[in-house]
Amino acid sequence: MSKKTLIVIGNGMVGHHFLEQLVATPAAADFDIKVFGEEKLLAYDRVHLSEYFGGSTHADLAMGTADWYGENNIDLRLGEQVTAIDRAKQTITTPMGDYAYDELVLATGSYPFVPPIKGNEHPHCLVYRTLEDLDSIRASSEGAKTGVVVGGGLLGLEAANALKSLGLEAHVVEFAPRLMPVQLDADGGALLKRKIEELGVQVHTEKATTEIVEGEDARLRMNFSDDTHLETDLIVFSAGIRPQDALARSSELAMGERGGIVINDQCTTSDPHIHAIGECALWSEKIFGLVAPGYTMARTLASVLNGDREAAFSGADMSTKLKLLGVDVGSIGDAHATTPGARNIRFNDEQAGHYRRMVISEDGKKLLGAILVGDNSHYDTLLQYALNGIELPQQPETLILPESQGGAPTLGPDALPETASICSCHNVSKGDICGVIDAGCSDLGSVKAETKASTGCGGCAALLKNVVDSELEKRGVEVSKDICEHFPYSRQDLFNIVKVNGIRTFRTLIRDHGKGHGCDICKPAVASILATCWNEHILATDHVPLQDTNDTFMANMQKNGTYSIVPRIPGGEITPDKLIVLGEVAKEYDLYTKITGGQRVDLFGATLSQLPEIWEKLIAAGFETGHAYGKSLRTVKSCVGNTWCRYGVQDSVGMAITLENRYKGLRAPHKVKMAVSGCTRECAEAQSKDFGVIATENGWNLYVCGNGGMRPRHGDLFATDLSDEELIRTIDRVVMFYVRTADRLQRTSVWMENLEGGLDYLKQVVLEDSLGICEELEQHMADLVGTYQCEWKTAVEDPEKRKRFREFVNAPEKKDPVQEWTTERDQRRPLLEGEPA
Amino acid sequence: MKARTSWDVVCTVDDLVPESGVAVWTEDGPVAVFYLPHRLPALFAISHTDPFTGKNVLARGITGDLKGQPVVASPLYKQHFNLQSGQCLEDEEVAVKTYPVLLDGNNVRVEVPAANKESAAA
Repeated sequence: MSKKTLIVIGNGMVGHHFLEQLVATPAAADFDIKVFGEEKLLAYDRVHLSEYFGGSTHADLAMGTADWYGENNIDLRLGEQVTAIDRAKQTITTPMGDYAYDELVLATGSYPFVPPIKGNEHPHCLVYRTLEDLDSIRASSEGAKTGVVVGGGLLGLEAANALKSLGLEAHVVEFAPRLMPVQLDADGGALLKRKIEELGVQVHTEKATTEIVEGEDARLRMNFSDDTHLETDLIVFSAGIRPQDALARSSELAMGERGGIVINDQCTTSDPHIHAIGECALWSEKIFGLVAPGYTMARTLASVLNGDREAAFSGADMSTKLKLLGVDVGSIGDAHATTPGARNIRFNDEQAGHYRRMVISEDGKKLLGAILVGDNSHYDTLLQYALNGIELPQQPETLILPESQGGAPTLGPDALPETASICSCHNVSKGDICGVIDAGCSDLGSVKAETKASTGCGGCAALLKNVVDSELEKRGVEVSKDICEHFPYSRQDLFNIVKVNGIRTFRTLIRDHGKGHGCDICKPAVASILATCWNEHILATDHVPLQDTNDTFMANMQKNGTYSIVPRIPGGEITPDKLIVLGEVAKEYDLYTKITGGQRVDLFGATLSQLPEIWEKLIAAGFETGHAYGKSLRTVKSCVGNTWCRYGVQDSVGMAITLENRYKGLRAPHKVKMAVSGCTRECAEAQSKDFGVIATENGWNLYVCGNGGMRPRHGDLFATDLSDEELIRTIDRVVMFYVRTADRLQRTSVWMENLEGGLDYLKQVVLEDSLGICEELEQHMADLVGTYQCEWKTAVEDPEKRKRFREFVNAPEKKDPVQEWTTERDQRRPLLEGEPA
Repeated sequence: MKARTSWDVVCTVDDLVPESGVAVWTEDGPVAVFYLPHRLPALFAISHTDPFTGKNVLARGITGDLKGQPVVASPLYKQHFNLQSGQCLEDEEVAVKTYPVLLDGNNVRVEVPAANKESAAA
């Protein structure tokens, strides 16, 4: 059967989500898929557009990658505008030619509405919709002092935030008597206005602009119908959106009276081969200007094309929870009490700046809607009551009263039905979460990875955590953060106890803060904490019995009880003389020799008693321990960099050596790997490391929390174009914050996935110093760097420490009788079980 | 009738590592001697051989207590063995051999099956 052609017009959030959904179905194999995008950029997250001025790039905001399209055989044509649809011939036209389709999806989105005000064509009159718009706003802000946003809705306030972050004095001009007239009532709007004005944004309500003229003190003057005026250097229109439906209109599809492409419950237009989803579509006389309903349409259509006859779009919840300019705003369901018989309960604390309103049914049993301003902590509970029709408690007002007045605590996750929607961005229900937990997910990170819950807007993070914890607990999974039976504390708690109380031994810690004698869980964890805090030798008498065997003997135990040795080769750079020494030592002790993935050499098969002898030779030749045995920095892999490579733009080897020498020996909750690539070709594979550094023309880009191995994760771009000093300072801070806050044996990737607030939070802590701890983190790192010692050098020089390496303390000449060997490819290796000698 | 045994000196107090183990060679093969100074008794001796792999490594495991029992964790695959009974906590069908052990002045003695010599004590 020959494939059918599916064409998608529009590559925005909804169009991209549709493709993600479709390729996950069997139907994907039936289609050749072509996507046309008017913008030159790959679909990106418009919800977080204002972050573009906070340092985010298109790459940060992008929904997917060009590689993803390639891997899924989707022909992506960006910057190629579709100019016509011929429904009779089933073709579309672009400047490049005509393309035939079997099924056509319109995901063209919307455009900003610019009110017909005289003078609105002035070059400093702008809109707020695309990254290009933001570039124009940024350009216009050069030399400007003030900026006005016309429109006090959700997007308008976002735009005001953007102007503020460009350093402008921001004003909001709204035609209605209050801000966010769709979501808020008069009291809520008034409180929001007050709060926003306190943040330095001037709000002008009930202002109708009559004309825009040249200003006297600024570039422009806005004249209002009440004979007042306002001068400003630039104007951003954000007065609502209009469906981008011109193509549909010219091809005579059924349209709404005020625009919008009419669709049925299957998201199909008046032409059975043409479908529409997102903000360009009109369903039941409604345009949905939020992303979640667009995603729901995308999922519906993907199911329809996959042959699901039941799939239907049945409207969407328009509840919203936002932080606008730092102020919490929430609006749920029938916020304006339009349901007949609806009653209101209001709580308005002007002192604290909290406003809450519940709209309840006539019989007082159901929550119909709600409005929150100033504090969204009640939002999740109220939303669940409203969405799931859960019966309200006897005294429903307790749901919005402050807790000191007998307010009810949050609705426990147990009270939610299986159908309760937890994550509306990715349509994940409580039942879905239970399903993946039953299938084996046993922590928050894996539930997120499996269901995508809380990876959209992130608004459901706290609720998701509660549900996961509660469901795990029900299944008997211990979600206690206690490290083991000896300490009723998490690793992070223990770290703080050790640091604050200046505790230097395990004995003191367990005597004062734990019980019993410890075990193989808490002892190595505490050893790591003690090492991070005080950096004493791991083989000091008090610390020896705490270490895992690999740390105790500073080598890696292999399956036959012998050890492997990995000397440090910083950045993978080694002189021929040193390489010869490695060969000579390996030959002398008949050690199996293999190159590691981290650009070093691993020597296998040394017995306990051989270790100090071997290290004496290696140290004499200038080698240091490589800490391959420790939960600590392993290697900093590098490409050859601009010293040799024709494409390199920075000295990646030099930086790798600097980093490796700086962080070597540092004890962490788990191993830490780094890499430095000398250009964007990324030969060092830095994005798969805990810390990845990639050279740019202007400095270094830093990626954090990547991982290879069992659960690969690309690192998150953390900061760009850093100087050498900035790079090191930033890594110092992130490493120390990880060391202090991660769980035991938690790699940075899982740490990041479980970090509340995620990447944004980490950026705030590290780049903006939101916790005020950066100086302390840097000082701590400086102390550790200053007290580094090569553990092996100290050990071989100390007869007491060397005693530990006797295989049998009463028979030094005795060889372990169970170690049996054979030869393979000219090297010695252990005999496998059952293998003849 | 009880088999003939001997209390062999395997090492001195100075050889022991507090809160940890050392391996000694005996007539009965490799034995791990643990010294836990904050417990009574403070000395334990079990086979040095990990029953799950047959490798001689148990003296290099981390010691501690689980639910009040003194234990060592195998450094290879982390199963726990009761230092008094030799019982594996994760698999009730597996146990390691245990040996009586005592401190005689500065010497550590382990009771092992007698080889070709007279038993020193019984």
